[in-house]
Amino acid sequence: MSTPHPPQVEAARAMAPEQPPAAGTPRRTSHARDFGRGFVVKLILMALVNALGVYVVLAAWGEESYGIMWSMVAMLVVADYVYFSRRALPLKYIVPGLVFLLAYQIFTVVYTGVVAFTNYGDGHNSTKQDAIEFLLISNERRVEGSPTYPVTVVRAGDQLGFAIVNADGEVRVGTAEQPLQTVDGTATDGVASEVPGYEVLGRQEILENADDVTALRVPVSDDAEDGSLRTQDARNAFVAKSFLEYDEEADVMRDLSTGAVYTPSDEGYFVAEDGTRLQTGWRVNVGLDNFATAFGDARYATPFFKILAWTFAFAILSVLTTFLLGLFLAIVFNDPRLRGRKIYRTLLILPYAVPGFLAALLWSGMLNRRYGFVNEMLLGGAEVGWLTDPTLAKLSVLGVNLWLGFPYMFLIATGALQAIPSDVLEAAKIDGAGRIRTWWSVTMPLLLVSTAPLLISSFAFNFNNFTLIYMLTRGGPRFTDASVPLGHTDILISMVYSVSGLDGTAAKNYGLASALSIVIFVIVATISALAFRRTRSLEEIN
Amino acid sequence: MRRSIPLVAVALGAALTLTACGGGDTEEPEASEPTAEETTETDGGSLTIWVDETRQAAVEAAATAFEEETGTTVELVQKNFDDIRPDFLAQVPTGEGPDITVGAHDWLGELTANGVVAPIELGEASSAFEEVAVAAFTQDGQVYGLPYSVENIALIRNTDLAAEAPATWDDAVAAGQAAGTEYPILIQMGEEGDPYTMYPLQTSFGAPVFTQNEDGSYKPELALGGEAGNAFATWLQAQGAAGVLDTAVTYDVAVEAFANGQSPFIIGGPWMLGSFEGLNLEIDPIPSAGGQPAQPFVGVQGFYISAQSENDLLANDFLVNFMATEEAQMALYEAGGRPPALVAAADAASADPITAGFREVGSEAVPMPSIPEMGSVWAFWGVTEAQIVSGAAEPVAAWEKMVSDIQGALDAS
Repeated sequence: MSTPHPPQVEAARAMAPEQPPAAGTPRRTSHARDFGRGFVVKLILMALVNALGVYVVLAAWGEESYGIMWSMVAMLVVADYVYFSRRALPLKYIVPGLVFLLAYQIFTVVYTGVVAFTNYGDGHNSTKQDAIEFLLISNERRVEGSPTYPVTVVRAGDQLGFAIVNADGEVRVGTAEQPLQTVDGTATDGVASEVPGYEVLGRQEILENADDVTALRVPVSDDAEDGSLRTQDARNAFVAKSFLEYDEEADVMRDLSTGAVYTPSDEGYFVAEDGTRLQTGWRVNVGLDNFATAFGDARYATPFFKILAWTFAFAILSVLTTFLLGLFLAIVFNDPRLRGRKIYRTLLILPYAVPGFLAALLWSGMLNRRYGFVNEMLLGGAEVGWLTDPTLAKLSVLGVNLWLGFPYMFLIATGALQAIPSDVLEAAKIDGAGRIRTWWSVTMPLLLVSTAPLLISSFAFNFNNFTLIYMLTRGGPRFTDASVPLGHTDILISMVYSVSGLDGTAAKNYGLASALSIVIFVIVATISALAFRRTRSLEEIN
Repeated sequence: MRRSIPLVAVALGAALTLTACGGGDTEEPEASEPTAEETTETDGGSLTIWVDETRQAAVEAAATAFEEETGTTVELVQKNFDDIRPDFLAQVPTGEGPDITVGAHDWLGELTANGVVAPIELGEASSAFEEVAVAAFTQDGQVYGLPYSVENIALIRNTDLAAEAPATWDDAVAAGQAAGTEYPILIQMGEEGDPYTMYPLQTSFGAPVFTQNEDGSYKPELALGGEAGNAFATWLQAQGAAGVLDTAVTYDVAVEAFANGQSPFIIGGPWMLGSFEGLNLEIDPIPSAGGQPAQPFVGVQGFYISAQSENDLLANDFLVNFMATEEAQMALYEAGGRPPALVAAADAASADPITAGFREVGSEAVPMPSIPEMGSVWAFWGVTEAQIVSGAAEPVAAWEKMVSDIQGALDAS
């Protein structure tokens, strides 16, 4: 469990130009307007922002990413308007945050939403154009048994051509329109070096026309059945034949050897009448199909409910255990009679300093059944299946998460305890409240006011704590009664990872993954919203 | 903000790959922009190649030769081998991918299903390669990769502990027990099993994973069930009960134990050899457990060309004319220790008896299936084997359930 700092806040701080804290009265002019030091600073910062923005616009232009280009132009215009206009004072504070919100959150959420309605995944990786291109190149094959020739690339006018030397030592040349014919050329070492009527291209010129050279097909004879000469490296040419043809007008693929006609289907494949399909498809919109698949597969019915229950248990228990331990330690270390509190506190925060995925990996090694530190050193060689027994594995996951998470709770509980004004506690004492009564009626409610929102977000975080599960158990041990590769410690998000094939155990399906992610998002968002509403009642205490 | 972390993680994890997720928090939106080094210039003369750490130096040598002869700039981008496949799939359609990438042959099914890889015409050069290497990169008669190494597992024997190669599995176990070492024979397994290492023993019962066409390619029809599969499962359970196979033995445990002389035999590949320096080794065929030949999987490493490469002419030139040479293949062999795919280079490398031994075993091996259906098999295969060995499941029932589960997964996709 880690607590990253909100990037937008810091970035916003860094980005926000020097601004007076308040608008002031109309008579007082802003420091950033009177051409004083503040204005200069603002000018420099805005110049930097503009320079960066223009660079991105140009780079996007060069890459033909017009979506990025136009959104960047729009952002620049807005930023310049906001910081040089007199009317947009509140926006000056909000804009940096908004920009980061847009880039980090709204974009990703919208993108996930868009993908959820497509069949993006294995077999549907790119556009129809790309699929057609690939099908055509992969179905153009070398004519079996045909030889390869060292090739010379030649040019007549603006027509490119190939010249080869055949087995009899004759020089043969042709272009896209002119099939190969024997000419009176010169051959050196089996390579055509001079061809009358044609200019022989050097390496540099070939590279300049690389696309045309690889696209060039020189018919071997007048009969198209004989195939055509082509080259991939401009050094050797071979005779190739296409087995597939794309008819642009009718938008169909034709198999030239069998005559089968493949028409594009709604699923993003070329399909023949008898149901056979060409293997490479493209991305299409599939509407709500992904959501239907997500809940329609009977194989997932039983494991799904087990996993759902465990996900809730894991998230709730993780928050409870870490909070209780953190709180307990915070109370203990908050006692002024304890010496060396600072050292203890620092030591306690150590687990928090270890990256979560690393700690989980370490623990998975330490909990190994036979060679792990815990069994070998602490338990004297007992072969306890910490990660292989269903119940113990769940306890281990909770235990490791407790180890990872309590320092965070300890920190916030310490902060919250110290923020409780001592006069309130004194007042309770004077009113005759005992220690326990003071704790339950004063300290605890005041503590919850400041920590409850953090507990809710901690719940949401653990609900999707993919790193811990993946690094510690990979969801194992497997269910023995299910027909899908899921296990006892899988939570919803790691189930999504497996169901959609992102772990490599099935065909990848980003569309399905996105659809399921949205479902999880709805669950977490609903619970969080309800919980936040409940905590508002706490705030009334203040 | 706490609430938004999982949100971002979910969104990114779903929309992008998991690798993108790691850096997602600190990345500025501009950072996803193509940086200058990733883009390839179209003025003819630059080539971008993805390599991993172990192959970088060797490819660099060939690239230098190519640069000198043709005046092309070759840029090598070092990536984690595990990241290459998903990144290649995701980036090629956007035009950001490399011209060439290093890769394994079993990616082929996925790469062609997604249309991100271009065919390579090896021409006359194709006969200069080991047959299995070219076959592994072939689909529907079209070659999609330039092979550079062929690797497989074999029985590695510590000659100080066992003087003779065992003929059968039982011989090996008996010889191991006679040697008086801690383990009679070492096979890595782990709690999730290791069907790749276990495969030769499975084939020795006559239960290959898929049925093979006549040309050696696989069709998506499961063949690992039936009587032969059940016999293998029963054998697994017996070996587990006897303590010969153990799910607690992972790769690290097995390699360390063998290096310490705790067993005369280990089933493994050339990648382990670095840990065995100082031991007297010999490479033997894997002993048969079920009576039929024990055929391990062959993995072929090679180079793929992107279907969207704007420099396909240079890319083909580089691969066919500069990487298919004995010199380049030997450099790759020396860098990674994987036996070369080019026959001439493999012959030269066979001067080393260890490499020759692996090559000998490899000549009997079968290519690992590259059809996309293979992914569904891995998911169930190893775990079931581990459950049988550890005694957690009844062998025949578990094996039959596994076969029907895999069939279910194949039918669902």
